[in-house]
Amino acid sequence: MEQKKIEKQLSLPLKNAIQMSFRNMRVRFGRAIIITMSILLGIAFLMSVLTGNAFTMSLIHKGPEEIKVLLMADILEVKTRQVWLVSLSLLVCTVGIVNAMLMSVTERSREIGTMKCLGALDKFIVELFLLESLAHGIVGSIAGCLIGILTMTVVYLIQYGGLIIKIFPLGVILKYMLLSILLGTFLAVIGALYPAYVSSKMEPAEAIRREV
Amino acid sequence: MPKEAIVRTIGVKKSFMLGKVPLHVLKGIDLEILKGEYISIMGPSGSGKTTLFNMIGGLDKPSEGKVYIDEVDIAQLDAYELAWLRCRKIGYIFQTFNLIPVMSALENVMLPMIFGGLSTDDAREKAKALLETVGLGHRVNHKPFELSGGQQQRVAIARALANDPAIILADEPTGNLDLKTGKEIINLLREMNKEKGVSIITATHDLKMLDVSDRVIWIRDGMIERVEDRENITIKVGEVEGEEAG
Ligand SMILES: Nc1ncnc2c1ncn2[C@@H]1O[C@H](COP(=O)(O)OP(=O)(O)O)[C@@H](O)[C@H]1O
Ligand SMILES: [Mg+2]
Repeated sequence: MEQKKIEKQLSLPLKNAIQMSFRNMRVRFGRAIIITMSILLGIAFLMSVLTGNAFTMSLIHKGPEEIKVLLMADILEVKTRQVWLVSLSLLVCTVGIVNAMLMSVTERSREIGTMKCLGALDKFIVELFLLESLAHGIVGSIAGCLIGILTMTVVYLIQYGGLIIKIFPLGVILKYMLLSILLGTFLAVIGALYPAYVSSKMEPAEAIRREV
Repeated sequence: MPKEAIVRTIGVKKSFMLGKVPLHVLKGIDLEILKGEYISIMGPSGSGKTTLFNMIGGLDKPSEGKVYIDEVDIAQLDAYELAWLRCRKIGYIFQTFNLIPVMSALENVMLPMIFGGLSTDDAREKAKALLETVGLGHRVNHKPFELSGGQQQRVAIARALANDPAIILADEPTGNLDLKTGKEIINLLREMNKEKGVSIITATHDLKMLDVSDRVIWIRDGMIERVEDRENITIKVGEVEGEEAG
């Protein structure tokens, strides 16, 4: 009898996972766009609310007297509305992104099971989905932020005119933008990684059998 | 010298929990399959063929009993060894083909070799040769959805052969194919069995398989009903086919 009948499967370098996830996004380009769009929408909504708040605060602090007085008159109402809108948009954004990612991965359960039959390690499968969701998350969040900021700037420009450019709260908006990109990417990765991890931990028979 | 057993199962049972009620699908399967054999596991739908296929292939764990592949108890293997076994020792063929939809025929066949650590260039060369062997040399760059069912199953056969496995497990490989295409696939499997000496285990209720099998294992309700060798089968074929036609 031979000495060593069973060996250990080698881990593939990250390069392979990068190649494969890239190819997957290229071939399923329409799919990738739709997933990215759901992230974009969630983040654009959140970012427009945050940008609107930043403008209002900036107007209160740096705007001309008459606008200040106008805004201060119902400052309490403005502040509650802001909190409420931010919470709502956070919720919409979270549900939208996590849902899109969950769906996109669970429908690939059979593919995950098949890859395990062909000798893929769980780690490799998780890497694959981590890379894809990272790409979707970063691209979707950045685009969403830009669209949110742009929309709100146009809205405020129409309402207050060139004054908005003078009091443009660049620092605050950049800070919100960074936070939104982090949040969008985080949600995309969590939403994809959780189902990918679950499927990769399943026995291949079960992953293949699971119809979604 | 007696031939070595490539697969051995001892008292394999499998039950699934349906809510609180256990469903006993396999009720104690003892099997011995020799190197180079062509085995058909026959049985009506729902008799437990796929479940047995999953046990033998290390794709699911038995509730009780042991499965030995090449004399190794697969329950003892860690995740890395199991992945190696699935990659190198066993090739899988499914009724639904299960090709990776975004990959071309060539890339699908390359995949197990990439997982096995082969360089991309070597994998590409070997995958091309394998696709030639199964008669698809001219369709290497087509995606699964651009291929017919029979062609997809040929890709799956090439993929199963990628790492020169000792065993090919095929679960109803002709189940989604028409009569003629099914026959071609069966003959292709038989050819590979003869040429490469790979053991073939098919779960099927396709009576065309009887012709090419060295042994037929009939299962019913999760138990082995009877095992027949080649000599007995040839007598029976006419009978069973007559039955089916009638
Ligand atoms: N994962 C599972 N969960 C619950 N029941 C299952 C599962 N897999 C198989 N079964 C049941 O086990 C029985 C045998 O199934 P299967 O092995 O697929 O039969 P065959 O392949 O011979 O048609 C069927 O009644 C099926 O519903
Ligand atoms: Mg079946």
